[in-house]
Amino acid sequence: MRVALFITCLVDAMFPQVGKATVGLLERLGYDVDVPLQQTCCGQMHTNTGYPDQALPLVRQFADVFAGYDAVVAPSGSCVGSVRHQHAGLASRAGDAGLRRQVDAVAARTYELSEFLIDVHGTADVGAYYPHRVTYHPTCHSLRLLQVGDRPHRLLRAVRGLELVDLPGAETCCGFGGTFALKNADVSAAMLADKVEAVISTGAGVCSAGDSSCLMHIGGGLSRGDLPVRTVHLAEILAST
Amino acid sequence: MTTDLGMPAFAPRGVGHLRGDQSFPEAAREALGNKQLRSNLGRATATIRTKRAAVVAEVPDWADLRTAGAAIKDAVLADLGAQLLRLEKQVTAHGGHVHWARDANEANRIVTDLVRATGQTDVVKVKSMATQEIGLNEALAEAGIAAWETDLAELIVQLADDRPSHILVPAIHRNRTEIRDIFLREMGRAGVPAPAGLTDEPRELAEAARLHLRAKFLSAQVAISGANFAVAETGTLAVVESEGNGRMCLTLPKTLITVMGIEKLLPTWRDLEVFLQLLPRSSTGERMNPYTSMWTGVTPGDGPQEFHLVLLDNGRTATLADPDGRAALRCIRCSACLNVCPVYERTGGHAYGSVYPGPIGAVLSPQLTGVKDNPSLPFASSLCGACYDVCPVAIDIPTMLVHLRAEAVASKGMKAERAAMGGVSSLMRHPRLYGAALRMGRLGRILGRRRGVIRRLPWPMSAWTRARDLPLPPTETFRDWWVRTHGSP
Amino acid sequence: MNAARTEILRRIDAAISRSAPVEIPRTYRGPSGEGRGSAAVVDLMQDRLVDYKAVVHRVEPAQVRAVIAAALADAGVERAVVPAGFPTEWLPSGPAWVQDDPALTAAELDDLDGVLTTCRIAVAETGTIVLDAGQGQGRRALSLVPDYHLVVVLADQIVASVPDAVAELDPTRPLTWISGPSATSDIELQRVEGVHGPRRLVVLLVTG
Repeated sequence: MRVALFITCLVDAMFPQVGKATVGLLERLGYDVDVPLQQTCCGQMHTNTGYPDQALPLVRQFADVFAGYDAVVAPSGSCVGSVRHQHAGLASRAGDAGLRRQVDAVAARTYELSEFLIDVHGTADVGAYYPHRVTYHPTCHSLRLLQVGDRPHRLLRAVRGLELVDLPGAETCCGFGGTFALKNADVSAAMLADKVEAVISTGAGVCSAGDSSCLMHIGGGLSRGDLPVRTVHLAEILAST
Repeated sequence: MTTDLGMPAFAPRGVGHLRGDQSFPEAAREALGNKQLRSNLGRATATIRTKRAAVVAEVPDWADLRTAGAAIKDAVLADLGAQLLRLEKQVTAHGGHVHWARDANEANRIVTDLVRATGQTDVVKVKSMATQEIGLNEALAEAGIAAWETDLAELIVQLADDRPSHILVPAIHRNRTEIRDIFLREMGRAGVPAPAGLTDEPRELAEAARLHLRAKFLSAQVAISGANFAVAETGTLAVVESEGNGRMCLTLPKTLITVMGIEKLLPTWRDLEVFLQLLPRSSTGERMNPYTSMWTGVTPGDGPQEFHLVLLDNGRTATLADPDGRAALRCIRCSACLNVCPVYERTGGHAYGSVYPGPIGAVLSPQLTGVKDNPSLPFASSLCGACYDVCPVAIDIPTMLVHLRAEAVASKGMKAERAAMGGVSSLMRHPRLYGAALRMGRLGRILGRRRGVIRRLPWPMSAWTRARDLPLPPTETFRDWWVRTHGSP
Repeated sequence: MNAARTEILRRIDAAISRSAPVEIPRTYRGPSGEGRGSAAVVDLMQDRLVDYKAVVHRVEPAQVRAVIAAALADAGVERAVVPAGFPTEWLPSGPAWVQDDPALTAAELDDLDGVLTTCRIAVAETGTIVLDAGQGQGRRALSLVPDYHLVVVLADQIVASVPDAVAELDPTRPLTWISGPSATSDIELQRVEGVHGPRRLVVLLVTG
């Protein structure tokens, strides 16, 4: 099985440890992982900020770069959400039927990490060990666009040493929303404050999620409040042994 | 004046309540500073979310009803002209009169003339989004006609000379104590005063409203209502309510004037079997609302003997003209999307500047007015998608917001942002340059070398660091690590 | 005015010129008539009504008169309007019965203590009673203005679902769907019973 890692621009630039963990985990599970270096970004930021024309070349690039693989795996529900739910619309909007066929084919083989592990690899127990009290924020796009459901929780519950605690109001958005955090910074900060309070109320030492973007937001709030909770991506926990 | 070009037109400026005088972020900032508002809204929306979830969960075929509801509305929209003509024919055949209004000004003029013709200077009103949208009360007041709101929440808003902030519960931003104070202060000036010693018990407040409005109901000669549904096949109109003020207005006066958006149609009588399940459970979280009234034209000896139906466009045909935006016209004004929206819950409805707040307002208001007049609303969302999940007619609000953002950008110029977005996009098309640019991120480490995080950044990233830290960029990007450890560049 | 009509219709044509007709998938539970009047359906009706804070009495036909008498006495109803066609054998002696002939004014209705009606149909799943201004129900104002409403519902008038009821109703009649006493959720979204409509709703479910 030819598996490609879609690293996502944010992880590439800001959170390489999440990419390394994803590679390590997939290799440990026996996959031959490739990282095509022609990849850059899914174009979601452009699309969601109102620049579909600028997103289109990135959609084309994504479809080209990942065309030859059996599976494309990304440590991000949001970026996979964009691939599966926005790329087709952007191709159609451009009136490019060929591109539309291409993106449909790639999108059908693109997986968020927990989907790949549960649905393709077929197990919740990836042999991880992580002796910490962890609470999990199910990011909006994983939850609602991809409908990953309890897949991340099943993976976490199978991790030895890990104590998973419920996050109150888990399904409420943390307030990141891409450029929303800048364009509506005050509302975003108010949402973040409530999310941070919920995280603290769990008594967990680690807040995890399947998206580095949301974790960067929640982590930024925790850090600003000098609060003793670390943000750790799901991939990093599952890669730990 | 309205010009006849036969082209879909936006709701006109200078009348009605579809545009705010501030951008959403500015208005939101003020609202966020109001702690009382935050607490009132937080409590109220949490209550209704729980109730809705419980009564929706007990309907085993909810998903099928939702699919049917969306399709029924789409069927109406795809055949709107013929459906309206059917409705007109049926209403007329049953003794009613049908009027057509291209926009708010025309609708206000029609209603004012109809009231004038009765010789009355007072009318009672059932809560109606359409009449709020067009600013009917103000137009009537200019003509010397007093319009009395009879829905409890509308009464609170009217007495306080306030603005509605929620589709279903316009006074959701007020708590019980504030409501008691408004009643004690204002009721006497509008008619029967509030009982002395009124407490803030909701039961007593409801009783005060009953006493205040009773005399108005019993003497009213003219009522103005909206409509939740109009059945094209039979000419039947339906108003869904709780308090009985709707029944009073629809039953006791001699003349009834109903103002209704042209999208409120259902093709057949049977379709009510879907919407009478979807609407109450989605809006008040009840299995059924206390009262639903249905009437077809005029019934001799029962209820108003003169009935006028005003069909309102006011930007709806413009909305209809956009294939990617027209699904907003499916909306049945249940307000479930407001109650689950994390943005609405924190800012309240006034920040949206329109009578249609929340997620549906963020897609509907800009379409009715043209995005140019409401350019900040499509951005008033984190795109979390909670609204789409609860929408009983499956309006994909997040996707529509993204679509409208592109229109907003196109309508505004946005030179600096466009340049930045174009630059980033073109960089991302060149992986080698892109990799080099990511590597430059390392330089950012200088900004946080003391604390290990970045606490302040220049504009526009200062918006981020006002409330959040940013981690230091890594010393090595992922792709550089991959090349170093796994092979060739 | 005709200019407005013409223009709106032209705008609509311009907006949807290429729209294909839409198929409506009716995979939800439609009207079936199943369970009508059954003990399970009556039980559900009773449960839903009680949930709305209506007062419910489950009675045999022979008890209707006595239960009405007791209910009215309990509520202090001394003068009530009785619509044409309401079964006279159900009317106990004691209260003064007022006819709506000639039609009572709103003020006269407001002076009465209550109203007694039958109904057209009832929906168990939602606890809803539908009046269609037919025999025993009167015009709409009668069941609205007095503060006390007693409704007699026969078991075989109770259907299971909303689609069952819609299928049976005549849209050309004025219809009032009643689910519990008048209520509001306008203050902090908490439900409070009793605003403009009858604040007390008493329902007799007649079985057997």
